[in-house]
Amino acid sequence: MKALLRRDLMLAVRAGGGFGLGLAFFLIVTVLVPFGVGPQSELLSRIAPGILWLGALLACLLSLDRLLALDWEDGTLDLLATSPLPLEAVLSIKALAHWITTGLPLVLAAPVLAVLLNLPPAGYLWLIVSLALGTPALSVIGTFGAALTVGVKRGGLLMSLLVLPLYVPTLIFGAEVARRGTEGMQVMTPLLMLAGITAGVIALMPFASAAALRVNLR
Amino acid sequence: MSMTEDTARPKRPSGFWSYANPVKFLGLSERVLPTLWVLAAISLVAGLIWGFFFTPDDFRQGSTVKIIYLHVPSAMMAINAWAMMLVASLIWLIRRHHVSALAAKAAAPVGVVMTLIALCTGAIWGQPMWGTWWAWDPRLTSFLILFLFYLGYIALWEAIEEPDTAADLTSVLCLVGSVFAVLSRYAVNFWNQGLHQGASLSLDKEENVADVFYFPLLVCIAGFVLLFLALVLYRTGTEIRLRRARALQAREARL
Repeated sequence: MKALLRRDLMLAVRAGGGFGLGLAFFLIVTVLVPFGVGPQSELLSRIAPGILWLGALLACLLSLDRLLALDWEDGTLDLLATSPLPLEAVLSIKALAHWITTGLPLVLAAPVLAVLLNLPPAGYLWLIVSLALGTPALSVIGTFGAALTVGVKRGGLLMSLLVLPLYVPTLIFGAEVARRGTEGMQVMTPLLMLAGITAGVIALMPFASAAALRVNLR
Repeated sequence: MSMTEDTARPKRPSGFWSYANPVKFLGLSERVLPTLWVLAAISLVAGLIWGFFFTPDDFRQGSTVKIIYLHVPSAMMAINAWAMMLVASLIWLIRRHHVSALAAKAAAPVGVVMTLIALCTGAIWGQPMWGTWWAWDPRLTSFLILFLFYLGYIALWEAIEEPDTAADLTSVLCLVGSVFAVLSRYAVNFWNQGLHQGASLSLDKEENVADVFYFPLLVCIAGFVLLFLALVLYRTGTEIRLRRARALQAREARL
C-alpha cells in the first residue's frame, strides 16, 4: 500500500503528471473573479468563501480524469486488480494520492488567495478547516466518478456530469462553514454535517468505486 | 418415482419472478397495455377537464391554481420514477434479470420528462404568484439536482456499448445517486428556507388542499401513474425487442 502511494505521488509530481494543474486553475479562477464582478472590496469579501470553495471544487474536478485513465491505458489497473491488495484499498490509496497532490495544495493556497479576495480576518481559520475537511470527500467521490467512466473514451465530460450532482451536499456544507465563520456566526452544525459526509464517504464510497471498476475491468 | 423425477428437474420460477422471462413479460405487457393506455387516457382527460373547467377559481390565486393538476402529479412521478429505477437496479444487481435492467433504462427518459414538466409548470406558476420564474428554493433546487441525476444516468447508459456493463454501471450509479439525492434534499433545506409551500397532500395532516381541488387532483395523479406504467411497459418491450434484433444480427454476421 505504501509502495502504491509512493508510486502515485512520484508519478504525479514528475513531469507530465499534472501536478499543479488544479492549483493553477484555482489561481486563475480566484484572480479572474474580481475582474468579472468588479473590485469593490465589500462585495468581494462577501462572496470570497463561496468563490474559494467553488474554485477548489472545480480544480478537483479538473484533475479527476487523470486519476485512473493513465493507469487504465497502460494496463496498470489490471495488474493492481490481480494483486493481493483488495481493489477497495487500491482505490482508497489512489484517492489519498489525489488528495495529497490536489486537495492539500488547494487547502494551503486558499488563505493566500483569500487575501486577494479581501476575506475578513475571522474567516481564515474556518476556510482552512472547511477545505481541509471537505476536499478529501471531493477526492473520494471523484474516484467513484473516475471508476464509473474509466472505460469510456473521452469520458471527461460525462464524468463531470455524473460527479457534479454528487458534489452538491459537500459544497453546500463546506461553503456554509466558511461563510458563517466569516460572518462570525455559529459554525458547528454545518461543520459536523461536513465532517459526517467526509467520514461516511471515505468509509463507504470505496466499495461503490471498486464495484464499478470491477465491472469495467471484466 | 415421479416425485424424484420432479425434484431432479430445475425448479421453474413461478409468481412474480416468472415475469423475469422476457417472453412471459412481453406476453403480459401486450395483454395489459391496451387497457392501461385506455385507462390512462380516460383518467387524464377526465381529471384535467374536471380540474380546468369544473372547479372554482382560488380565492387568492385566481385561475393559476389549476396548474396544480399538471404540477403535482408530474412532480410525484418524477420522484417515483427514480424510486422505481432504484428498485429495478437492485433487482438487476441481485438477481441478474435482464428485464429489470431494461425497465430501469426505459423509465429514465420518462422520469426526466416528468421532472422537466414539474420544473416548467412550477416556473409558469411561480411567475404570477412569487413574481419570479426561478428561486433557489429547496424544493426547486432539489428538483434541479434530480434533473442532473437523470441526465447523468441516461448519458452513462448511452456512453457504454456493452449492454451488461452499462446495466451494471448505471445500477451502481443509481444506488449511489439515490443516497446523494436524499442527502442533497436535506442539504438544500438547510441552505435556504424557501418560498415553496410544504406538502399539501399528506394523509396525516389537518389542513390539505380543499376538497374541490382535491378530488380532480387525485384523478390526475391516477392518470399520471397509469401513463407512467404504460410508457414504461411499452418502452421496456421496445428495449427487449431491440436487444433481440441485435442478437439476431450478430448471429447472421457470424454465419
